[in-house]
Amino acid sequence: MAGHVLVIEDEPNIIEAIKFILSREGWNVATHSNGEDAADVVRAKSPDVLILDVMLPGRSGYDILRELRGDAATQALPVLMLTARGQTKDREMAESAGASRFMTKPFSNAEVLEAVRALAPA
Amino acid sequence: MTTLNALASISVLYVLFLFGVAFFAERASRRGRATWLRAPIVYTLSLSIYCTAWTFYGAVGSAARNGFEYLTIYLGPSLVLIGWWWVLRKLVRIGRVQRITSIADLISSRYGKSNLLGVGVTLLAVIGTTPYIALQLQSVTLSVEVFNLATPGGAEEQSTAFWVAVGLAVFTVIFGTRNLDANERHHGVVMAIAVEAIVKLTALMAVGIFVVWGIAGGVSETLTRIDASELGNWEVNGGRWAGLMFLSAAAFLCLPRMFQVMVVENDNDPQLRMAAWAFPLYLMLMSLFIVPIAVVGLDVLPAGSNPDLFVLTVPLAYGQNALALLSFLGGFSSATSMVIVAAIALSTMVSNHIVMPIWLRMNEGMASVSGDVRYVVLLSRRLSIAGVLSLGYLYYAQSGGGAALSVIGLVAFTGVAQVLPAMLGGIFWRGATRVGALAGLTVGFVVWLYTLYLPSFGAGVIMPLSLFETGPFGIGWLKPEALFGISGIDPLLHAVIWSMSLNMVAFFVASLASFPSPLERLQGAQFVNIQQGTGGTRSWSQGVAEAEDLMVMAQRILGATDAQALFLREARRQGSETHLPAPTPEFLQILERELAGSVGAATAHAMVGQIVGGMSVSVEDLMAVADETAQMMEYSATLEAQSQELSRTAAQLRAVNDKLTRLSVQKDAFLSQISHELRTPMTSIRAFSEILRDGEGITPDEQSKYSSIIHDEAIRLTRLLDDLLDLSVLENGQVSLNLVDGKLEDVLDRAAAAALAHDDKRGLEIQRDWTGEQVWLNTDTERLSQVFINLISNARKYCDAPQRVLEIRVTSGDALMIDFIDNGSGVAPEAQDVIFEKFSRVSDQKAGGAGLGLAISRQIVTRLGGEISYLSGERGAAFRVILPLNHALAAQ
Repeated sequence: MAGHVLVIEDEPNIIEAIKFILSREGWNVATHSNGEDAADVVRAKSPDVLILDVMLPGRSGYDILRELRGDAATQALPVLMLTARGQTKDREMAESAGASRFMTKPFSNAEVLEAVRALAPA
Repeated sequence: MTTLNALASISVLYVLFLFGVAFFAERASRRGRATWLRAPIVYTLSLSIYCTAWTFYGAVGSAARNGFEYLTIYLGPSLVLIGWWWVLRKLVRIGRVQRITSIADLISSRYGKSNLLGVGVTLLAVIGTTPYIALQLQSVTLSVEVFNLATPGGAEEQSTAFWVAVGLAVFTVIFGTRNLDANERHHGVVMAIAVEAIVKLTALMAVGIFVVWGIAGGVSETLTRIDASELGNWEVNGGRWAGLMFLSAAAFLCLPRMFQVMVVENDNDPQLRMAAWAFPLYLMLMSLFIVPIAVVGLDVLPAGSNPDLFVLTVPLAYGQNALALLSFLGGFSSATSMVIVAAIALSTMVSNHIVMPIWLRMNEGMASVSGDVRYVVLLSRRLSIAGVLSLGYLYYAQSGGGAALSVIGLVAFTGVAQVLPAMLGGIFWRGATRVGALAGLTVGFVVWLYTLYLPSFGAGVIMPLSLFETGPFGIGWLKPEALFGISGIDPLLHAVIWSMSLNMVAFFVASLASFPSPLERLQGAQFVNIQQGTGGTRSWSQGVAEAEDLMVMAQRILGATDAQALFLREARRQGSETHLPAPTPEFLQILERELAGSVGAATAHAMVGQIVGGMSVSVEDLMAVADETAQMMEYSATLEAQSQELSRTAAQLRAVNDKLTRLSVQKDAFLSQISHELRTPMTSIRAFSEILRDGEGITPDEQSKYSSIIHDEAIRLTRLLDDLLDLSVLENGQVSLNLVDGKLEDVLDRAAAAALAHDDKRGLEIQRDWTGEQVWLNTDTERLSQVFINLISNARKYCDAPQRVLEIRVTSGDALMIDFIDNGSGVAPEAQDVIFEKFSRVSDQKAGGAGLGLAISRQIVTRLGGEISYLSGERGAAFRVILPLNHALAAQ
């Protein structure tokens, strides 16, 4: 496995945890912690799978995702969305914005791995 | 045989009984327990004064002489009551509203309160009624005679009539002039009349039953007798029947005594509603046995007997003294009730229209200063009653009772019927004028006098015989019983036709030719419009209005665009080529309706009326305008008050709703925030604990680092929960303050030490105001320290200057102000308002707080009686804490 995963998340501890889990399984993990330039970072790095937090400094995850879905290059990019707000409303927002998967924090490591594997193109 | 004495004592007893009834009713009415006095049945029975002795005795006589003609006298009033009761209702309402006291008053009041008309009607009524009163006196004496067999025309007979007249005068004075105000009705008199109505009906029915079953032997035998008699062969003279029916109907409306009981004594509409069916029923019962009595009387009594007295003589012939006595009382009742009411009605008229005006003129200047008019009025009424009865008695004494009873009755009917055109015209036609009424009455009266009244005394008595044969001064077409050469018809019918038609012609022509005074206009409008309220439909006649004028007015009210559109639309509808429609009545109504939508019905009517020539604005219209305006103002004031109240309520509701919505949104946001703040550290804890549990490929360094993360995140969670609980307690006001005396310096020392204790990598220099801090406070120093720690920590965490400096300034005045100002870039203006809200962390989250610090600080300072706010205009982030200062402590 040599897929590339980009993690956009502002909580340093969570970034570190995800990075550790995925790296251990052989994924190449890049991270970014700011919302404002997140879309540009995605286009620049063109990962196989994107893990996107909702509450980011500068710009919301939904907003970033909508922009990515409107762009031909990133239209089909598999996106796993993470949120710490566990309400139905948030799940609906994620789906309508175009998330491939949606996960509520706290998650189990196995879940994240399984989701990334499933999302990654064969 | 009943003796005269017995008869006299029975009569006196009966009169005393009537006195008792009247007295009892009057007393009850005075005590206010008069509801039964106003019962519709009493009113209906009181109308029975229509049936006088003339009908009680004379109807049988009439039937014996003229067959069924007597029925017309009953049919006339029945027709009025059944078919024309809306006319009566109008009369009665006018009477109530205008406080009408008599028929003369009605006519006078309608035509601009003209006293000349009042006098005229009064004279007509006196002239028409006097023979009638004489007739009643005659009937009583005749009936007494039947029992007494006294010599006709003797002194005894005269004295009977005299004493009856005196007795009636006394009764009438006692019960008829107790009240001054005509609207305080004569309940006693009316009650006595109602009792008499029952007596006469009972008497007549009793005689009738005796005749049918006691003499004839049953209904079929009676019918056989009627068939066999000449009665059935009487030719019905259609013209005379119609004339008589009209006369009796007119008399029913115009007779002063009928007007008295029907209009003046009327209390309410239900009385009239019942009378409308019950009185015709009464009349029917009264007429039921007339023909049988007449036929049987003609059969069983010797030829030449006076048929007018059959009601008495038939029972006497069969020895039925008691029945005859009852019959006598019935006739006596008929006579007395008529005389009493007629005397009241006439005395009111004579007193109000003749005596009082003369008295006032004689005492000019005095009347206005002396308050004793009441006594004069009562005296004048009492004298008038005496005068009216004296006239009746004199008439009786002079005429010697020669004429047949029913002839006098019909002559009187024709006389009073002359008032009819002026009366009906007055209440239905606003165009009727005083001059018209005067002309009609005069013409009718003169023609009646000339063709009927004077001739009724007999040719050669008052009018010379030559007058009847050749006419006055030989003018043939002026012969009294063949006016304008029309001869050969019944003299009565002749008089009715000529007097009434000339009366009406004069009334209409003179009304049209004369102009009413403003008062006449006003009264006319009020009489004619008594039933309809304001705003009834008033139609326009083809006016002389110019369409241009209407246009100018319409533009002023509707605005140019709307007015032009309306005019153009109507012009097109009329098929006109121009843009102005012809001012047809239809168009005027449409225009008035349109205008009414803007300015109200009365104003619209008045404005259209101003332009439609000839129809000047009447007093009534102006009064209606004033009324409407007042009502509208009142209504709009009410509406305004209501709308103000409604908008106040709506504003309150909106505010409450906004607050609830805001609270609901805040609650959702708060729960969402808490969820986020709790889940974030839990995510790290769970992820790293799973990594540590699995143990694969972890270096010891990583193991140690991850354990520390778990530890720190657990502490962060705990702190968050502590803050949440703290805030909850503060917000609910459940916090208990521990007030102690402390120096500000000490509190700040503790806070700075605590805030900077954990890590000093970041470095924060605090500049203190050592002199200002020498202030003593009586407060919860622990809580205050918590606030200071929060403010200092914020500076440490969020100040973005390379060399962080926090200045703490202290100002003591009325209150204590402690400012915390750092040298960073400060808080953006749009964020300054929200930083005190829960979870309102503005910058990045790495600072580690949950965003509750300032919210908690604000709660604490508020509990301590002070306030905390962001201080804008400083170079960096600046917060000001204001605390109440205890001056007694500050002095230490």
